[in-house]
Amino acid sequence: MAELSKPERQPYEQTFYPPTPTAFTKRMRTNLLWQLFRFVVLNIKMLRMVRKH
Amino acid sequence: MARLVILGGGIAGQTAALHAKKRLGGSHEVLVVTPNSLWNWIPSNIWVGVGVMQPEQVTFPLAPVYKKTGITYCQAKAVSIHPEGDAENSQPFVTVEHTSPEKKGQREKVTYDYLINSTGPKLNFDATPGLGPLHNSQSVCTFDHAAHAAQALDELTARMRRGKKQTIVIGTGHGTCTCQGAAFEYLFNVEFELRRRKVRDMANIIWISNEQELGDFGIGGMHIKRGGYITHSRVFTESLYTERGIQWITRAHVKEVGKDTILYENLDGEEKTVRFDFAMLLPPFAGVGLKAFDKQGTDITTTMFAKSGFMLVDGHYEPKPYDQWLPSDWPSTYQSPKYKNIYAVGIAFAPPHAISKPMTNPRGTPIFPAPPRTGMPSGVMARQVAFNITDMMQGRSEVPTRHASLAKMGAACIASAGSNFWSGTAVAMTMYPIIPDFQTYPETGRMLRYTTGEIGLAGHWIKHLLHFGFIYKAKANPFWRLVPE
Repeated sequence: MAELSKPERQPYEQTFYPPTPTAFTKRMRTNLLWQLFRFVVLNIKMLRMVRKH
Repeated sequence: MARLVILGGGIAGQTAALHAKKRLGGSHEVLVVTPNSLWNWIPSNIWVGVGVMQPEQVTFPLAPVYKKTGITYCQAKAVSIHPEGDAENSQPFVTVEHTSPEKKGQREKVTYDYLINSTGPKLNFDATPGLGPLHNSQSVCTFDHAAHAAQALDELTARMRRGKKQTIVIGTGHGTCTCQGAAFEYLFNVEFELRRRKVRDMANIIWISNEQELGDFGIGGMHIKRGGYITHSRVFTESLYTERGIQWITRAHVKEVGKDTILYENLDGEEKTVRFDFAMLLPPFAGVGLKAFDKQGTDITTTMFAKSGFMLVDGHYEPKPYDQWLPSDWPSTYQSPKYKNIYAVGIAFAPPHAISKPMTNPRGTPIFPAPPRTGMPSGVMARQVAFNITDMMQGRSEVPTRHASLAKMGAACIASAGSNFWSGTAVAMTMYPIIPDFQTYPETGRMLRYTTGEIGLAGHWIKHLLHFGFIYKAKANPFWRLVPE
């Protein structure tokens, strides 16, 4: 049975191996200027996809 | 005057009805048979499920929309299809059972010249004992279920605020489920919401699914070019779960959901349990149970529908092993091979096989995702079928000329990971093609240039834009056709 505890990144456990973002990477996910730029880029990507039909 | 009957008024059915009526005008009739009085933008149900939206924000009444567009509305559920008519009359018809308060339970024959089956899924909670909101787990498949889940989440929060640690399990409630994406969204929105409520440290959150690996999503996952590497979505998904402190159990077939314990079987054939205080587990899908009868009244259901209850169309359905699957197995016109005036779109058509590799454990239990049919592909299919049918109704062609194979279609998907205008995030993905083609794209199965993914606030803004845009479109508001499928 799974134990009642919040998993922490313990050596050789499930969460030891996957990559995790740096503080900078996490900040950029909600940085307004950068995300405004990504908003435009993502919309262009999605419209490009939609136009293929 | 000919009549196009559309069974189901969901994403695919509504798209088909609006496009068909726009093209046909007053010269022919479009009639929608749907048991619901409300239209639901299902992708936003996950937000109802965490209490950041209310049911009224994800639904609207259908009757006024059909009245203004000139579409005939029959609030009923379809019961049977009679593609050859009956002994008295050769005109094909469907038998419907009314669900409106005024006519509840009354049956009627609705004749058609063309028929689109867009009935969507039956939420097959009965496939797993104890599964579902009538039993021991929550669901976000309908706005009602989602509102119930939000209430249960509030009660859970109250217990955590009183100092009681709680275990939350979210994922798929059977070995053959699809819609892992929706469960993923709910998982991360719950995690985000618990942080916002300042009780995250009192929660142990566990994901359970039938995927071979995290990041499969029923499509075998996808490869993305990022940071100088070409990386499978498994790596990014495991990263997000690790970052947010979520444990995961994959390769699991949930066999039973008790009051506080989930029993599951894994790909090694072992039986295991996981305890929970709150569980949201999606059900497997089946067809809605339509029957079909020929002119003599003989049951011909098995000639028109697969065992799953989904309708057979122009796909290649002969069973074959995974290494012989081809993109050309997938249908492109969604036309019934037996009755040329019948089509099935959205979730209602029978896929030829899965997209993810089938897996079976030593006990013979299949544990792998069924293929997803998400909003964008469903809308594209529905539009193309509506265009094909209206061309035939107006004499412009005798056969379907437009195609919408998932093997030649891309998709854009947004998976919410937390809802807040300033601090929310979502994973924005594009992929081409939806069905992997390892002959054309040998290493990854997809075109890397059009297969992308990233997580950020921009994705969350786009998800909100889609929410408002698609509800606007479904209401047939001015210039609705400018909103792409």
